Amino acid sequence: MISNRILQSEQELSKEDFVSDQMVKWCPGCGAHAILKAIENVFPEIGYKKENFMFVSGIGCSSRFPYYVNTYGIHGIHGRAAAIATGVKLANPGLSVWIATGDGDSMAIGGNHFIHIIRRNLDVNILLFNNQIYGLTKGQYSPTTPIGSITRTSPHGTVEHPFVTAGLVMGAQGTFFARVPDNNIKMMTEVMFEAARHDGTAVIEILQNCIIFADGTHSQVTGKEVRDDYQLHLKHGEPMLYGKNKEKGIQMKGQKLQGVVVGLNGVEMEDILIHDRYEKNPGIHRMLGKMGPPVLPVALGVIRSAEFETYDDMVEVQIESAREQTEIKSVDDLLKSGETFNVT
Amino acid sequence: MTKKATFKNKESVVIKFVGDSGDGMQLAGTLFSDTAAVFGNDLFTFPDYPAEIRAPHNTLAGVSGFQVQIGSEKIFSPGDLCDILVAMNPASLKTNLKWVRAGGIIVTDADAFNEKALEKSGYESNPLEDGSLDVYRLVKAPVSSMTRSSLSHLKVSARMAERSRNMMALGIVSFLLNQDLDATFKFLEDKFGSRPQVLELNKTALSAGYNFAETIEAIGTTYKVPKASLKKGTYRNISGNVATAWGFLAASERSGRPLFLGSYPITPATEILIELSQQKALGVKVFQAEDEIAGICSAIGASYAGSLAITTTSGPGLSLKSEAIGLAVMTELPLVIVNVQRAGPSTGMPTKSEQSDLLQALYGRNGECPVIVMAASTPANCFYYAYEAAKISMEHMTPVILLTDGYLGNGSELFRIPQVADLPPINPPLAKANDENYKPYRRDPETLVRQWAIPGTEGLRHRIGGLEKTDIYGTVSTDPQNHQMMIGIREEKVKKIAEKIPPQKITGEKTGDLLVVSWGGTEGSILTPVKALQKEGKKIGHAHFNHIMPLPINTREVLQGYRKVIVCELNNGQFVKYLKTEFPEIKYLQYNKIQGLPFFTGELTELFNKLIETEQT
Repeated sequence: MISNRILQSEQELSKEDFVSDQMVKWCPGCGAHAILKAIENVFPEIGYKKENFMFVSGIGCSSRFPYYVNTYGIHGIHGRAAAIATGVKLANPGLSVWIATGDGDSMAIGGNHFIHIIRRNLDVNILLFNNQIYGLTKGQYSPTTPIGSITRTSPHGTVEHPFVTAGLVMGAQGTFFARVPDNNIKMMTEVMFEAARHDGTAVIEILQNCIIFADGTHSQVTGKEVRDDYQLHLKHGEPMLYGKNKEKGIQMKGQKLQGVVVGLNGVEMEDILIHDRYEKNPGIHRMLGKMGPPVLPVALGVIRSAEFETYDDMVEVQIESAREQTEIKSVDDLLKSGETFNVT
Repeated sequence: MTKKATFKNKESVVIKFVGDSGDGMQLAGTLFSDTAAVFGNDLFTFPDYPAEIRAPHNTLAGVSGFQVQIGSEKIFSPGDLCDILVAMNPASLKTNLKWVRAGGIIVTDADAFNEKALEKSGYESNPLEDGSLDVYRLVKAPVSSMTRSSLSHLKVSARMAERSRNMMALGIVSFLLNQDLDATFKFLEDKFGSRPQVLELNKTALSAGYNFAETIEAIGTTYKVPKASLKKGTYRNISGNVATAWGFLAASERSGRPLFLGSYPITPATEILIELSQQKALGVKVFQAEDEIAGICSAIGASYAGSLAITTTSGPGLSLKSEAIGLAVMTELPLVIVNVQRAGPSTGMPTKSEQSDLLQALYGRNGECPVIVMAASTPANCFYYAYEAAKISMEHMTPVILLTDGYLGNGSELFRIPQVADLPPINPPLAKANDENYKPYRRDPETLVRQWAIPGTEGLRHRIGGLEKTDIYGTVSTDPQNHQMMIGIREEKVKKIAEKIPPQKITGEKTGDLLVVSWGGTEGSILTPVKALQKEGKKIGHAHFNHIMPLPINTREVLQGYRKVIVCELNNGQFVKYLKTEFPEIKYLQYNKIQGLPFFTGELTELFNKLIETEQT
């Protein structure tokens, strides 16, 4: 249970409290099902009053999410979930606001709102379903589609350099960034809990499979046969180890991160980086966020969770202090303030 | 100060202060207006400044102006032609001479008419010397040198002293109009009280100007505008943009719904954002968004969360907000979109006023997407229309577009201060906690209004969005019959509001020769010639519309009462096009002006007279 200014539930909640009566219309085998499951797991655990959860979304497969979970919710317009959520959270900071968005929704049409909500550090949680493709419009490339990919609109391969979500988030001064594969519900649930606990904009990038238009797009990381070597599960305060027997680790060499084998070439356990997700300086977090195959594993779990003031808190504080300092207590006072004169 | 023995009483006087952008013309104009208001004159002001912040010194592009009309009768506009022009340099004289009536007074800073400045503004000879201004009463005051010498005892730099040139000029005007300097001194004290040196400089310069005017004989007759007979009450001078902001504050307080503004700066609407940013003490939450779209979308989010939500913009911004207005229509959430119109299309002329966004407001969205459209018509009534827009929006769960324009937003007039408790009550249809019958799209059978269920309230969890929904239950639906029905309901809900708005008024009789029809910011400039013609016994009436969608229920009746109907607009004929669709049986004449200028009394008087005199329609 998380305790902050959001009201907590008086009863113990369960998964059933959040299951909606709507038919879930994602394709069978879509990674989104797992995300829904993780939300149903984590909301009772977070423990807020069920009426204080709120989902906001834009457009796309991901953005049907609000209909499938029983909370207050707005299914908005393309790219604008972050902007709508900003209004919701500012109007009522006592709500736990969750955004469901995709790679196109957040980083193409909604790119502007995405970077600005992060920059302001508004206390919301963003579930970013990154399947590297436009699903609902049937298979066009997105801002995260790997260069060279053949899609409906890139029959000769894309010639666009994709965004690395982590780089964009941290470049926009993100205070919380986590990454999870869609086939690890346990990790997803844990990370969602941490996102809720973080005060500020928490972005969770979910490496999501689109079984129809980009099947296997993350298989280099999520595949059974490769995941030991290409997944680094980060835990705060612990060395960054990976590999089947955790025999490999991440070391800082010069100005770069490198994958090394502990015990080989004189590498010892103390040479391996210890993860500090709370470090304010984003330097290493940025390097971890960019890391990936074929040379290095992909960093998963909470990469960054640094504490900075939130936008919504600062707004409230300013209002409070303005209230204390003024003699204008009502609109009548305001109307009569300044230069007025009487006609008798 | 000695009082002059002779002056002429005048019903109204139009004064314009013009100079370089940094010459302090706005301050001089504001002080003059406030002094007139305290004395008891009615007034209407309009600042006229370039889009550039500080265009090059002494150039035509850098001229900034402030026009004010003061009167002993009700004043409806800042006036057309000036009785007095204060021109601080050649460029400002050159750009404004066409606005001075023949025989009017021109006060200039003769020191500023040097060779370099004359050349920069394109004068081949000095107009103060070459006789080209002989039809005017010219006051050639050495303002710069006089300012320096009168302030020499205060031991400040010449540059510092010259910043008080505007006060020297104001002193001359104050003498010309027999204004009482004590009130002006008081305003200066309020403004510069914390900077004693600046205060002293300004007061000294003001007195020096007044004394100069009194001493020189060139001035001749001076004027006095007697007190206006204003209704008893407390007044203040207010601009349309500030009045709009305050109207929303009042609506928020009266409805108990917290105020939220999501907005992006855009000329000429920014003042509303600035004003509300200063009123945090009243609890208003102001979000300066990253763009126009985020401005409206944040407002939609805040509205869902239970706030009186506003977004403010001007034409190009309204274009950007179109899709989101559709979302507010579909989700049936309250939202007020203020469009302070400016000359378009595209970036157009940002600092010039126009009425050319009406069709955009009425129709500029995808799908069948009805919204309420209203328009304020004077700076002060922006307060009441903002209030009414908020009331209708919340009580009927529908977006409202409130149209004002740059002329109203920046213009100011006297505002009789109301008591918030005297304003009509606002009762938003809030859903009650744990109401088992609550459904997102269950409606009041009478008004077709759905309930506002605010997140955090127990037992009302629900989802809404841009996809079509079934009636009552609000589940996503592509059912053909349901879609047609929902379109009908949304349309009907908006039309029904006609029953709640006041009937259309006519200034004049119910029947006659010529009915002048107008809407929005042109009320004052049309009322002036109409009233004058009515005094002459002409059968002319004026129907000025503030409610556009829906129209007042008696609109047809109003239009049918006259032999001729002329629709006057500062666009190419948008309201007349709308009226033709609604009431095709009426024959309409139209008069359109699209120059970034208001209507002038002269042009309208001539037009109306001609129409009344000719037989055929």
